[in-house]
Amino acid sequence: MAHIDTRLSRRAALKGIAGLVLGVYLPGGSARAQSGAAQILRADGTAASFAPHAFVRIGIDDTVTVLIKHIEFGQGPFTGLSTIVAEELDADWSKVRAEHAPSNAELYKNLAFGMQGTGGSTAIANSYEQMRKAGAAARAMLVEAAAQAWKVPATEITVDRGVLRHANSGKQGRFGQFAEAAAKLPVPDNPQLKDPTKFRLIGREGAVKKLDVPGKTNGTAQFTIDIREPGLLTVVVARPPRFGGKVASFDAAEARAIPGVVDVKQVPSGVAVYADSMWPALKGREKLSVNWDESAAEKRSSEQLIEEYRALSRGPGTVARQHGDAAGTLARADKVIEAEFVFPYLAHAPMEPLDGYLRWDGEKVLARLGSQLQTGDHQTIAAVLGLKPEQVQLETMLAGGSFGRRAQVSMHLAAELASVAKAIGPNRPVKLVWTREDDLRGGNYRPLFVHRLRGAVRDGRIVAWANTVVGQSFVKGTPLEGMLVKDGVDPTTVEGASEIPYEIADFRCDVHTPNVGVPVLWWRSVGHTHTGYAVECFVDELLERAGQDPVSGRLAMMGKAPRAAGVLRAVAELARWSGPGPTNGRARGVAVVESFNTYVAQIAEVSAGNGDGPKVHKVWCAVDCGVAVNPDVIRAQMEGGIGFGLGHVLFAEVALDEGRPVPANFDSYRSLRIHEMPQVEVTIVHSSEKPTGVGEPGVPPIGPAVANALARLGHNRPRRLPVVRGVV
Amino acid sequence: MAAFKVKVNGEVHTVDVLPDTPLLWVLRDAIGLTGTKFGCGIAMCGACTVFHSGKPLRSCAFPISALGDGEITTIEGLSGREAAAVQRAWIARDVPQCGYCQSGQVMSAVALLKEVKRPTDNDIDQAMNGNICRCATYVRIRAAIKDAARTLGA
Repeated sequence: MAHIDTRLSRRAALKGIAGLVLGVYLPGGSARAQSGAAQILRADGTAASFAPHAFVRIGIDDTVTVLIKHIEFGQGPFTGLSTIVAEELDADWSKVRAEHAPSNAELYKNLAFGMQGTGGSTAIANSYEQMRKAGAAARAMLVEAAAQAWKVPATEITVDRGVLRHANSGKQGRFGQFAEAAAKLPVPDNPQLKDPTKFRLIGREGAVKKLDVPGKTNGTAQFTIDIREPGLLTVVVARPPRFGGKVASFDAAEARAIPGVVDVKQVPSGVAVYADSMWPALKGREKLSVNWDESAAEKRSSEQLIEEYRALSRGPGTVARQHGDAAGTLARADKVIEAEFVFPYLAHAPMEPLDGYLRWDGEKVLARLGSQLQTGDHQTIAAVLGLKPEQVQLETMLAGGSFGRRAQVSMHLAAELASVAKAIGPNRPVKLVWTREDDLRGGNYRPLFVHRLRGAVRDGRIVAWANTVVGQSFVKGTPLEGMLVKDGVDPTTVEGASEIPYEIADFRCDVHTPNVGVPVLWWRSVGHTHTGYAVECFVDELLERAGQDPVSGRLAMMGKAPRAAGVLRAVAELARWSGPGPTNGRARGVAVVESFNTYVAQIAEVSAGNGDGPKVHKVWCAVDCGVAVNPDVIRAQMEGGIGFGLGHVLFAEVALDEGRPVPANFDSYRSLRIHEMPQVEVTIVHSSEKPTGVGEPGVPPIGPAVANALARLGHNRPRRLPVVRGVV
Repeated sequence: MAAFKVKVNGEVHTVDVLPDTPLLWVLRDAIGLTGTKFGCGIAMCGACTVFHSGKPLRSCAFPISALGDGEITTIEGLSGREAAAVQRAWIARDVPQCGYCQSGQVMSAVALLKEVKRPTDNDIDQAMNGNICRCATYVRIRAAIKDAARTLGA
């Protein structure tokens, strides 16, 4: 007898309090797909043949559970991927649940990466067809099960909101009634997909509510930091004050004297303090006396790096892309317009600092963390503990933001988590927690960049453009270098600068990639965080010199960029653009940036403010992300991207003082607050192109849009970010 | 270590902790109420906001030894008209993204609506600018507070 628990979780299910579930396995045409049968999970657990390679489970209580291969940290894959499945399944949205899929590279790989992970705004883009097929296959199996039970042709059965009907016989039934029978049927290879004009969830306003919201309004949503169990040790690590430093020696006597401190161990990243709870761990760490070997540490200050980068930017770098003869045209020009932009190191500072849970018995590992690159984290944990990957089970937790921080090329968090577990030995479960200070001083920053741009204008047109980019590569010196770096150019350094949406006859973009001992990491919108600003400020400046309107001047050069032009036209219409102004002390600036195949244009209305930086009153935003799966999630990501981008452009910098990061916490790394958030109005450009992501593309245009407005208020476009420096 | 009595959500707990332990870690580690979040530890981000005798308090920088007789309310113990209206409005607007700061946001919003029935934009700025949301859900937080105020006035 099956006992039905509507609050069923997978873990609970495996413990044997479950109902019956249908699993559908569709890994996109591999051999296993052909043999992949539906799976049944029995209530008593003994006969459980649940395979954790399902995307869809249907319980006999009618619950439709979608397993999400991408981490949910606010960008919306729980809702987005579930919407796609529910659409093809014709499910009742009120019965749809989402949970993270386990770590399994073969089954849950990002089809854009070849391994399980989230980044580059790919969650919807790589999953769209896969999730449609998963939903359609489950629907076909339920229909076939009903057809067999009712002894009617499957083609005569309709499905609507979780109910199967046969009109002629008057029979009807819910999904749950057929879940067990359907689970015994073969999975169709090529299920019929819906005609998109028949969609009732995808692209429909108000059709779905986000699945993860209720638990995030009442404190019940579980993050890694919330994991509790008897005997769990809280671990904090003292790390070197400069990047590249190492432990020379340490004295833990005073730390061990703090009641609640259990142990102190050296680990590769520093000195780990183990305690029965967080406060003793923090007090113990304060009492540590560590001598650091800084002989190999990076000791340059930001100001020194900026001077070195500026010098490099005056000479040609490795060519990322060129056409025509930019150097020749610039040499012959009556006047060369030149602009240098300086971008600081930036921290991601997700609200939940890095953390992770790990329990092992010497052979089997359970790790739970907000893993953004599950395959890499999984392999790293196995390697550090000297185990095979199949001995490691990794569960992805909801994460309190990331903005790129949890997608580490170095896998340093997983390595540190496994290392602290290893150092204290098996059967001592650990929860590793970083503090805000650890986070802001922990490196993995958006790199410092200098851009030097030179351009020429003739007869009201931009005729030459040269851009030299200087900054650290995200992947140089990592295992990804061979895969990503082409002809000496890391494309993530120059994306958005090496190809611009404007037709300019003589064009060149080159790059210098200096070696600096500061660990760097992609940060929400990656290269576009700086290239978007530099390119959109400079094109605006050249158009101003050419006497062109910022919108029509751009459009005149965008003949080969129809979708970018489309969002620019759409935002101009939304904002009723009639020129940059200023009018009554407010000016408007515009910017348009394509990132990750999503096109976003923004217009910012700005005044000079009251001495604490400019005041951004309103932002209009147009986005083209192909098929808009969840319009309200798209709007939310544009709103959030604008706020995130604006806060950093206005206020944020991780300065280095002789190699030591200066900001320690939100008192010295200023974050945008509610009174600084502009009104936002978003329009989604209708498109039937393949869907693309929205997590990152809202970020790049806001900075240059604000800068271009400031230029019309009699200020220059800020050449060095953040705009408001030295003020907290 | 020392024993402290602390009344949380109507229930008295006796905890044995270091006297300077911030209330946040008493709630999370000693009592097991994890809805209140750690974001900065220096009362700069508001993720740890609870009510102390009905008034919002940043629990991360408030030592248990200073608590006295005050009663604590956390997100788990939130109740009343304002709380219901705020949480309904949060859901109706799909406010949260990552959700980590939202316990604190909800607590601050409820505190505001207990004091001010029809908050202006300026009232909202004053009451909410201690709560950082790195996802920048501020547009929806503002709209949801106004929605909640409207339903309370109806």
